[in-house]
Amino acid sequence: MQAETAPKIHALPKRTPSRQPFPFSAIVGQEAMKQAMVLTAIDPGIGGVLVFGDRGTGKSTAVRALAALLPEIDAVEGCPVNSARPDQCPDWAQVTATQIIRKPTPVVDLPLGVTEDRVVGALDIERALTRGEKAFEPGLLARANRGYLYIDEVNLLEDHIVDLLLDVAQSGENVVEREGLSIRHAARFVLVGSGNPEEGELRPQLLDRFGLSVEVTSPRDVDTRVQVILRRDAYETGYDAFMPEWQAADGALRDRILAARVALPQLTTPNTLLHDCASLCIALGSDGLRGELTLLRAARAQAAFEAVQTVTRAHLKAVAVMALSHRLRRDPLDEAGSGVRVARMVDEVLP
Amino acid sequence: MDWSRIPLALQLLAIDPEGLKGLWLRARAGAVRDRVTAALTALPLPVVRLHPGLADDALYGGLDLSATLATGRPVTSRGLLSQPAALVLTMAERVPPGLSARLAHALDARGHCLIALDEAAEEGEGLPLALTDRLGLFLDLDGIAWSDTAEIPMDHKALAEARALLPTVTLPPDAARALTRAAAELGIASLRAPLLAMAAARALAAWAGRMSVDDSDLRQAAELIYGHRALPVSEAAPQDQPEPPPPDPGEETPQDSADQSQSIPEEMLVEAARAALPADLLARLTAGRAARAAKGASGTGAARSGNRRGRPLPSRPGRLGSGARIDLVATLRAAAPWQPLRRRSAQSDAVLLVRASDIRVKRFRETSDRVLIFAVDASGSSAFARLAEAKGAVELLLAAAYARRDHVALVAFRGTGAELILPPTRSLVQTKRRLAGLPGGGGTPLAAGMQLAMATATQARARGLTPTIALLTDGRGNIALDGSANRAQADDDAQRLARAIRATGVPAVVIDTANRPQPSLAEMARRMDAPYLALPRADARRLSGVLSAALGD
Repeated sequence: MQAETAPKIHALPKRTPSRQPFPFSAIVGQEAMKQAMVLTAIDPGIGGVLVFGDRGTGKSTAVRALAALLPEIDAVEGCPVNSARPDQCPDWAQVTATQIIRKPTPVVDLPLGVTEDRVVGALDIERALTRGEKAFEPGLLARANRGYLYIDEVNLLEDHIVDLLLDVAQSGENVVEREGLSIRHAARFVLVGSGNPEEGELRPQLLDRFGLSVEVTSPRDVDTRVQVILRRDAYETGYDAFMPEWQAADGALRDRILAARVALPQLTTPNTLLHDCASLCIALGSDGLRGELTLLRAARAQAAFEAVQTVTRAHLKAVAVMALSHRLRRDPLDEAGSGVRVARMVDEVLP
Repeated sequence: MDWSRIPLALQLLAIDPEGLKGLWLRARAGAVRDRVTAALTALPLPVVRLHPGLADDALYGGLDLSATLATGRPVTSRGLLSQPAALVLTMAERVPPGLSARLAHALDARGHCLIALDEAAEEGEGLPLALTDRLGLFLDLDGIAWSDTAEIPMDHKALAEARALLPTVTLPPDAARALTRAAAELGIASLRAPLLAMAAARALAAWAGRMSVDDSDLRQAAELIYGHRALPVSEAAPQDQPEPPPPDPGEETPQDSADQSQSIPEEMLVEAARAALPADLLARLTAGRAARAAKGASGTGAARSGNRRGRPLPSRPGRLGSGARIDLVATLRAAAPWQPLRRRSAQSDAVLLVRASDIRVKRFRETSDRVLIFAVDASGSSAFARLAEAKGAVELLLAAAYARRDHVALVAFRGTGAELILPPTRSLVQTKRRLAGLPGGGGTPLAAGMQLAMATATQARARGLTPTIALLTDGRGNIALDGSANRAQADDDAQRLARAIRATGVPAVVIDTANRPQPSLAEMARRMDAPYLALPRADARRLSGVLSAALGD
């Protein structure tokens, strides 16, 4: 069944890549963006990354690089929702295989203008018409389970799709009740969104669902810009010489991420740190408790990445801006951006 | 644009379509454009034509329904993007964001090149930014007469030789630096531009039969790639102020160096790019870019008729493309009468034989209501003389709005703050009553009024309405946002809010109700990207006429 339906679920399809994407480690600068992506790779529970910034700053490059960087997952062969164990496969998929295979962490593109059917899945018209069978054709949410869902130009996404995503992102389950079908399956994924703020704002409800948010700008100094250009040019024109060097760096980073995942549960979190989290969020007046929770998780992931045993205030400060800046009430007149406000408050509250 | 530049651009594209990513061709359909597009046959890629309404299954391939039904097994068709091609996109100014995102993605993966035929007729129309940023070359055929043109020489053999030479062409060591610096100086933020310029320089060298890129290649590359991306001098200038003056690379190399390629003064490249296009075109393109950025993404659109949700319309025969939903009952009803015939001719005893022609798809119509937000200046300076007229105009518009079932909201500002006199409503009676009771007098908290109007617009949009702001004021703002009587601060606040309103993309119109038109208000309207109407001594009826015209009724 997979072989037949697979070609139909095409987001922006990955053509059989003759080339690997641009390596993650080779991205010049944009440290905050890279840090945020590494943190969600360590702890997917942080809940996604939003990257907002100018065109041509490497937003899409970073996401595609991330896909190549991520460790593989174990999944049941042929399961449309990448279940880890055969008993977790949804019964509608009629998966007969019990073999566990390793496959790359799914990174699924959600294109603009995508239809609801394509996102949540729908009646498989093909099978209904040709064989008279009532079958479910899984959508993008199914494919993204246990992986990443990437939305480029997330701020231009149509509202009804946003509503859908919010619903599923919250419940971790996709429920389809349409055309005589009643289907549910797990849909736990990390949302990665990117966009250009000049073209429109994001609804606060969706904004809040992203664990971390970073703003990227084109590098201002010429040396950095030149370095970006040279690396990219080396990748384009001297691919064979360029890749081995950086793939080694990517491999080292992957090992660090894996080690951090193992270390994460053993971390000790002092009570004073929880206190710090709370006082920072109170001082900033961020809505709800999601801010505190994300801040703490991100700080823990940061500590794990640095391979230390105890989470400290320094870790908290390292992630505060990206965990909180998008949760403040928006001030239309504050042109400096909320990131600056958070940074200022961090210095005040946590000296 | 001068015709002499055009053949070169096309030749370069034919040499390295993958590296240059493509061409943004701004021209009306006609003989001149045909002459240019005819040269595209020299590209080493198959030419594939696309149009803005293209569905996903055409791009990526999908189930071929007629073949599937005929053969009784799934037959898939190949998509247009399945192999490297020169994609010619007609009516590119109408390409929806979804398609432009897909095309941008296709361009990021290597292999494709895109020729966007942009027939933009009006200011603010044009190619989506996602594509203009990626396409290397830009040609504008506006104002080129047929008599100025000539057959474009595309020597296939020479092009093939250049193409073969291309992989071996080397760049001088500081070329990347010079091109990057020049781009920064021209205010080009995107880092794709220098990469494209490097590709162009390589192609130029290959075309000249040289193994290495020299100065003239770099200059021409900067001209071709940076010309249309550069910001006008005034806007680009502040960016490089904080930097120390760039050291002249020429000083680092030995004096009287004969090898010019070792030192490429980027000023030269900047000049080349600036010279490439007339100044007014730069300004026009920038204005268009800003307008699109502001208006392009207004979330919920106005009335639109789609096939996904909304009020159902009768279903009709159609193809099951992306986005279409099948109307099962109608499809079965269409198929039912033919069953005995089909069973006989297909010699099949299947229960149901459905053909592609039976398929009926659902259609929906979805409209979003418009809400007119009036921000009325009721201050002392404005009151008495003009307020009555403003009220009259609003009342006239209300009548029109009532006929179209538009919503109306009313924001008044006077004294030290603004007040939402009437949240978005359709009640004519209520609006009139509130309007009549609107008192005048006090200071002019222009900024506060704009802020409230903007907030109302944003809220309305979140509820699926399409807001428009009409700001009626005499522009003499003298109360700052914090309520203090500080004229300078008040001006500053108002200008910042004007920018903020523009950023939200809400269409707006500014009506100057002062006895003498205020230049500062016109300037503010420009910042808001809103039409400005000065109406000294206008009566209510004329005001209303101008207003409806500006709002595009």
